[in-house]
Amino acid sequence: MFDRRLVINFDWILLLTVCLLVGIGIVNLYSATANWQDLSTPFYMKQLIWLGGGLTLVLLLCCFDYRHLEHFAVHGYVITLGMLLFVLLFGKASMGATRWIDLGFFNLQPSEVIKIAMILLLARIFGRTAHLQGFRLGELWQPALWLLLPVVLILKQPDLGTALMLIFIAGSMLLFAGLQRATLFGLGVLGGLAAVAGWFGLHDYQRDRILTFLNPEADPLGRGYHIIQSKIAVGSGGFLGKGFLQGTQAQLSFLPERHTDFAFSVFAEEWGFVGCGLLLFCYFFLIIWGLYIARHAADRFGMFLAIGVTAMIFWHIVVNLGMVIGLLPVVGVPLPLFSYGGTSMVTTMIGVGLLMNVSMRRFMF
Amino acid sequence: MGLDAKWTELPEVQRRFLLFSVVVAIIFLLLILRLWFLQIVNHEEYLERSIRNRTRVLSLEAPRGPIYDRNEVLLVDNRPSFRISVLRQDVADRTKLLTRLAELLEVDRDVLEQRWQKGRHFPIYRPVPLATDVSREVLERIQEQGVDLPGVLTEVRPVRDYLEKGSVAHLIGYLGEISEEELASEAYHQSRAGDLVGKVALEKTFEPFLQGEKGRRLVEVDVKGKLLRQLQMESARPGNKLYLTLDRELQRAADEAFGEQSGAAIALDVENGDILAMLSRPTFDPALFARGIASDEWRELLNDQRHPLQNKVIAGQYSPASTFKMIVALAALREGIVGTKREIDCQGDFKLGGSRFRCWKKAGHGPTNLKKALRESCDVWFYQVGLELGIDKLSAAAKEFGLGAPVGYPLPGEKAGVIPSQKWKRARFKQPWYAGETVITAIGQGFVLTTPIQLAVMTAALANGGKVLKPRLIERIEDWQGNLLLRPETEIVREISYSDAAWKAIKQGLVAVVNEPRGTGQIARLEDVVIAGKTGTSQVVRRKSDEEEELDEGGDVPYRFRPHALFVAYAPADKPKIAVAVVVEHGQHGGSAAGPIAKTIIERYITLQSARSGDGG
Repeated sequence: MFDRRLVINFDWILLLTVCLLVGIGIVNLYSATANWQDLSTPFYMKQLIWLGGGLTLVLLLCCFDYRHLEHFAVHGYVITLGMLLFVLLFGKASMGATRWIDLGFFNLQPSEVIKIAMILLLARIFGRTAHLQGFRLGELWQPALWLLLPVVLILKQPDLGTALMLIFIAGSMLLFAGLQRATLFGLGVLGGLAAVAGWFGLHDYQRDRILTFLNPEADPLGRGYHIIQSKIAVGSGGFLGKGFLQGTQAQLSFLPERHTDFAFSVFAEEWGFVGCGLLLFCYFFLIIWGLYIARHAADRFGMFLAIGVTAMIFWHIVVNLGMVIGLLPVVGVPLPLFSYGGTSMVTTMIGVGLLMNVSMRRFMF
Repeated sequence: MGLDAKWTELPEVQRRFLLFSVVVAIIFLLLILRLWFLQIVNHEEYLERSIRNRTRVLSLEAPRGPIYDRNEVLLVDNRPSFRISVLRQDVADRTKLLTRLAELLEVDRDVLEQRWQKGRHFPIYRPVPLATDVSREVLERIQEQGVDLPGVLTEVRPVRDYLEKGSVAHLIGYLGEISEEELASEAYHQSRAGDLVGKVALEKTFEPFLQGEKGRRLVEVDVKGKLLRQLQMESARPGNKLYLTLDRELQRAADEAFGEQSGAAIALDVENGDILAMLSRPTFDPALFARGIASDEWRELLNDQRHPLQNKVIAGQYSPASTFKMIVALAALREGIVGTKREIDCQGDFKLGGSRFRCWKKAGHGPTNLKKALRESCDVWFYQVGLELGIDKLSAAAKEFGLGAPVGYPLPGEKAGVIPSQKWKRARFKQPWYAGETVITAIGQGFVLTTPIQLAVMTAALANGGKVLKPRLIERIEDWQGNLLLRPETEIVREISYSDAAWKAIKQGLVAVVNEPRGTGQIARLEDVVIAGKTGTSQVVRRKSDEEEELDEGGDVPYRFRPHALFVAYAPADKPKIAVAVVVEHGQHGGSAAGPIAKTIIERYITLQSARSGDGG
């Protein structure tokens, strides 16, 4: 049962990188929320608790062979899809969107869970069907359907960020599985048409966000405010930053959402280009390490699983950073392991646990 | 599963891993490049914007420049006043606070509510004033309750203090809230809405000198504008000090002498044109404006028939009446129409064509020469001489003395008056000039209008031998540290030449007016100093000459029909120092109403001179 090789092969590098990132995130969170006095439990303490929970999840996820998950991938997917439907019908509304199921101690967000379920399902499908010649368009209707079902449900919520995230994750896995040139071209055309059609299907606030992104200064106090304040925070940090707890944009509350989506802006303001460079290097290393795990996975399911999880973390990083430094429109995507938030922490840690699982069992054959 | 365990080792799959790694690296590089662009390339701009984000400049009011008299006695100062304001960011329960404050301030709650509303557009870090210039009692009450009144501030602010009250009000002017137009103009670049600025007279014209430079407080605020701390402070620079040519003691003497009557008085230094005293009656309290005048008070001032807001010294236009006669006499002497010897027989009236012009003395003066004509103010003598002289020569002579045109008083609002001529009448009425009009012009009635300041300039010119001076009001301006900024020179507008004999003849006449028996101005006579002067009784309403006798009966005439009393004088007659012009509106007789005021001013001047030279020696 218990295999000593599991301990020997335990991926300390992955765990250390993750802990390092979460650690930096918590220190940053301490600063971001330093002027929020009357809270019984400060945010950094809560995040520490979430970290504890997350690490427990990682350990739990290592205890069994990930290959068992392949059997449950379809079940997991169907159940999560059911939850998404449930949320649409009965979910808890908050800020104009319906995303949560109230479990009493925890607000379950099925759109987060579907990321993992989707990765598992696609890893199963691609693991079985991928071939070196690459997919033809005709072979893709099935994964496309599995992708579009939750995407549509999530867009209904509406949550453009998460829907795009799902598309990015699935797209990355598909690209890795391989596509014929004609298929790639066909998908490109389809994607373009979908984007055009989507523009008209977008909610006004979503369209505004994109327009605002293109020209934030047009509405500095309204919709452009987030981007402008974030850019000011990042830019004013300069080379060495203003110092811990010294960021005026953060400490005087000019930055919105600074403990969640804009946590990186706080960090950039206080630690400067040097700090950002180091943080980005850590993330880069994490992604490369994820690819390394995929490359050394024991089987194709494990490989695609690792690719999917890595893609998930990667796209979250890119979309979040792109947003806070004004390269991408504001879509509410947190920075994994760094932004405050239980949901993000749990999802990411499940991903890390799966990576760890794949990594530990790379020599199992 | 695991059909092809070595799939990952296939070159094609390895190639994909490499490709993915490269794409990831490129995207991270893009992110780093963007950070480089924001944090290194454009750092300055964003740093600047972050500073602007969190800092606000609060202005500190500069104490307005004080105004002194010529002897450095304060006329207008600033006194500290206490203002109760509220810093809204620190107020938890507005309703409770305002109710409590209403009790302590003894003000209606609604009033406080209104003032709060007035400031609702202020940035949150700017205190909203609730009560200005509160008494010490109220202040102490508020301070005792300080702990229970979070957000309530006591601010000490300078408030204009007019030490001489209404006496110099017309000269000094007053303050008022800055208007939209003023805000838009460059001269008020440092002012903001709600500031008090000079509205009229000295306070307005010298606003740039008096306002000083506001100080700045650089403070840090958070996103809601809540004030967190002070980063930097530049103190305000007080306004400049204005020294006037006025002598407070003389001003007070004139003020007291005037009593409750309406009119104007002005005293000039005959050598340099310094305005030594200047008074317009009735007056108003400039402090009313300093604390914000109530609309009923304002209406009352505006509607007062006696025009308290008008500066009558420069804007009151009166017929000079007999004070004009010196000009007629001088012009006649110059033209050779009369010598000192020529006698005209006054039988009490003067006939011209079908008209009859009366002398004020019904019985007539009998044979009258120049000196007697001046002394007893014989109208017939001047009717005759004026007629012979002709209107155009008469008006030219008057204009030479500065009559009928602004004399160049340094503040705005001066009226020109009228010196009529043939040309003037044609332009004004499109009518020819009639000889009868020359006759009444010769006694300073008819179309002729002059202001008291013109009469004073004329009198000074008579005293100093023909120098028409531009009245000087500003002695000098110093900055708050005492550095001289400005000292206006005495300006001689023109010098009029008459023969010595002519000057002497006039002087003798004017001395006789005050000092000889039957002189019309004997009431102004002083023991120690010889005053030269001339009375004038200026008709208010045009009346037919038949009715003029009514004037002599005095008291029964309704106030508004009573003639104005005029008196011009200089002293000492042999070595003139001071020239005075006094107009008492509806004061009846020049001698009795205006004379004593002129006398008091001169007497006080002489006393002060000797006292001060005594001090010096």
